[in-house]
Amino acid sequence: MCQVEEEYHEQLERVDTPSASKKCVKCKEELAAVVIRAGDAYCRNCFRESFIHKFRAMLGKTRVIFPGEKVLLAVSGGPSSCSMLSQVQEGVSQNAHKKLRFLPGIVYIDEGGALGQHKEMRQKTTSELCDMFRSTSFPFYILPLEQVLDLPGSVLTPSPPSDQPGSAYKAAVDLFLQSGGSGSDGKAEEQECVSPPAVQESHTRLLQQLIGSAQTLTAKQDLLNTLRQHLLVHTARTRGYSKLMLGDSCTRLAVKLLTSISLGRGAQLAQDTGFSDCRYGDVIVVRPMREYSAKEIAYYNHMFKVPSVVIPNLDTKTADKASIQRLTQSFVTKLQADFPSTVSTIYRTGEKLQTAGGSSSSSSAAEDAQRCVLCVCGLDTAAEEASALQATLISEQLSRSSVPVKPEPHSPVGQCCSSERPCGGSEGASDCCRSSRHPEAIELRSLLCYSCRRTVGDMSSVAHLPQYVLSEAQRRQNRSAMKEQISEFLLDDADENH
Amino acid sequence: MLLCPCVRCSHTVEEQWIRRMSEHQSAPEQLAAGKSQARMPVLCSSCSEKRAVLKRPKTGHSLCKACFFWAFEEEVHRTIVAAKLFRPGETVGIAASGGKDSTVLAHVMKLLNERHSYGLELMLISVDEGITGYRDDSLETVKRNQQQYELPLKIVSYEELYGWTMDAIVKQVGLKNNCTFCGVFRRQALDRGAVMLKVDKICTGHNADDVAETVLMNILRGDIARLRRCTAISTASEGDGVVPRCKPLKYAYEKEIVLYAYFKKLDYFSTECIYSPNAYRGYARTFLKDLESIRPSSIMDIIHSGENLSVREGVKMPVQGTCSRCGYISSQALCKSCVLLEGLNRGLPKLGIGKHHRLHEKILSQQPLTEREKRKLKSVDF
Repeated sequence: MCQVEEEYHEQLERVDTPSASKKCVKCKEELAAVVIRAGDAYCRNCFRESFIHKFRAMLGKTRVIFPGEKVLLAVSGGPSSCSMLSQVQEGVSQNAHKKLRFLPGIVYIDEGGALGQHKEMRQKTTSELCDMFRSTSFPFYILPLEQVLDLPGSVLTPSPPSDQPGSAYKAAVDLFLQSGGSGSDGKAEEQECVSPPAVQESHTRLLQQLIGSAQTLTAKQDLLNTLRQHLLVHTARTRGYSKLMLGDSCTRLAVKLLTSISLGRGAQLAQDTGFSDCRYGDVIVVRPMREYSAKEIAYYNHMFKVPSVVIPNLDTKTADKASIQRLTQSFVTKLQADFPSTVSTIYRTGEKLQTAGGSSSSSSAAEDAQRCVLCVCGLDTAAEEASALQATLISEQLSRSSVPVKPEPHSPVGQCCSSERPCGGSEGASDCCRSSRHPEAIELRSLLCYSCRRTVGDMSSVAHLPQYVLSEAQRRQNRSAMKEQISEFLLDDADENH
Repeated sequence: MLLCPCVRCSHTVEEQWIRRMSEHQSAPEQLAAGKSQARMPVLCSSCSEKRAVLKRPKTGHSLCKACFFWAFEEEVHRTIVAAKLFRPGETVGIAASGGKDSTVLAHVMKLLNERHSYGLELMLISVDEGITGYRDDSLETVKRNQQQYELPLKIVSYEELYGWTMDAIVKQVGLKNNCTFCGVFRRQALDRGAVMLKVDKICTGHNADDVAETVLMNILRGDIARLRRCTAISTASEGDGVVPRCKPLKYAYEKEIVLYAYFKKLDYFSTECIYSPNAYRGYARTFLKDLESIRPSSIMDIIHSGENLSVREGVKMPVQGTCSRCGYISSQALCKSCVLLEGLNRGLPKLGIGKHHRLHEKILSQQPLTEREKRKLKSVDF
């Protein structure tokens, strides 16, 4: 029978659902609204406070961003970079507690051409983002990736940094305060916006050809990342920005770390995943979102209505084993589900590493001939005795013909080396082993670091690389040939820096 | 034998690899021809005379049997020479488990010793962990190896060294953390065996896949100290009671070792340890296998990355000292195996798992542990 009218004298036992009755662990007054890690339940306000505080603390303790400096925010439209944008927006606004004192600008790179997207699709995305950027009243630039084909070769050489050594941070702050604070905010400036110019069909086709010449998805993604990075740095340089902010979250960086290890980028790990990356000299790349896990960012964006746009990538909707990057991402995410400390452990491990061969300050003094032509990091290809590189070269050599079968018309070195004389000592000699396969690759291989060699090795033809890469490679080749000619007359070993 | 996971056919995994590799060498020719023709025999890319019978997993070249053997052996020889692993007149102990790595290692070491006149005296050392159904079978293989290669053999067992077999340990510890016990005990057992045999060096059959897995695992575990050391081809050689260890097969792919053993018809025992499926290393191993299927050079790429890692200054690193109880090398007051043994003997299996440094002094001074500490250490999750 229906028991609506009945009254119960005792309280019904209720199962204690932890989330409903838990108090915020910070203020201990309000009910918790979000659980970040097991045992870390925060209420709305405390969560917001800690989120904002983390951002400020990151910028504050590293003391890399000077007051009054122009900082370019690279926004990809994803949740992480949009969150970073909203943090900067809040921090720079007038009524913020302890205002952030730098001058932000926004850049978005439209990669639709490389992905083969339709024009309408690209325009729709860019107009959405345009509206988002307009509301922030920062100057913004929307550039198509096709512009990377027109870059100058100087993008690949680190320029000397503008004179702002780290110890002068305090002095710079004092100077800034003396000059009465930032001069340019408060005024309703004309918001500078660069809308995407009409993209030529031919450029898009060239770009697609370039990406298409990489035969594995791993190489495609690697190449795309490199090109995007070059365009970002070039934009920052030409518009007078000395810092570039990327929105990589902790999860993304942990995946990037494992991917870099798998691709052979152990020597450049600190630059790929560290807080500040000085390889370009005058433009320093910073990653202020590196302590936020993807989960935190997602919660924040949802609770505080931070807008973001979903933009597909090369590996969207692909199978798990389509590329190394995709595989690593699914590996880390699955492992994180079973072992919740995975991402932070990987991140902490990465924090303890540094660039091989000394701190970054010495890298700016290194000759540009010691840098990889694609990723602008130091070369790690000195095949030392008993190293993995030497072992690979030996294997290559042993598996190939020791007796020349027929004369190869296009190999400039002629007969391949015989097995008695190991040619696995230096990169220059080792190129002759590969001469029969890629004649143009000879020039490029000696100028690339280990992992860029693998990427270029996956490409069907090096000629598709953008002009600035090839001409820079040619220039360096000529210079080293020149140096060899006059080597006996040079007194010092060190060449002068450009 | 490792059976094919499809459960329907009855092939072993190794046979499948080899069959697939022999088939692959003719695929490019078929593609080039356009339509299906009679298979053109692919010539060996090294000698260009004989027909290629396999495709090297490491470089992708197609080779005939003789050239493959020669390339494999020559690579190990170059590794040994370049890293200066041995000196003439030394006695070298080969850690033999009866598995494919150590069988191939024993075979190649004997061959190279004669071919290039290293002047080494070789012997086999084997460790009996006391795992029924796994170790006793593989020990039979080692005994057969000893007769085939005519090398002296010494077997050390956990039972005689520590008083515990792995089966007994697993009963106490459970299935999750037992690999820690086995690994720590085995290292010491090898050293003890080496000292008993008076060898100058030990060489183990760790291959490229093992080293790459270890790099990945150390990153996942956040073990920066091990990360720095794990790509080294030989361990440090100072201190007495410490026998240096080296890995001559460090740059040999696991698949090539299997190919070598298969074509040379070497006798080895291939079963996984029955306790290994729940080990954390399994995750790193699956990841590595997937990486290899995407890009075969990944294994060498990971080793290259590991060799080029450098640690920031100011990161705390453990300092090598000696254990105050047994005198073995240790970075803490008590070496790990003493701690683990203490835990086992007292019925507190979690004593060695996790960080309980403060308890080490208590154990050393024989103080009784409080009830709360005991409860924490006793809990075992299966």
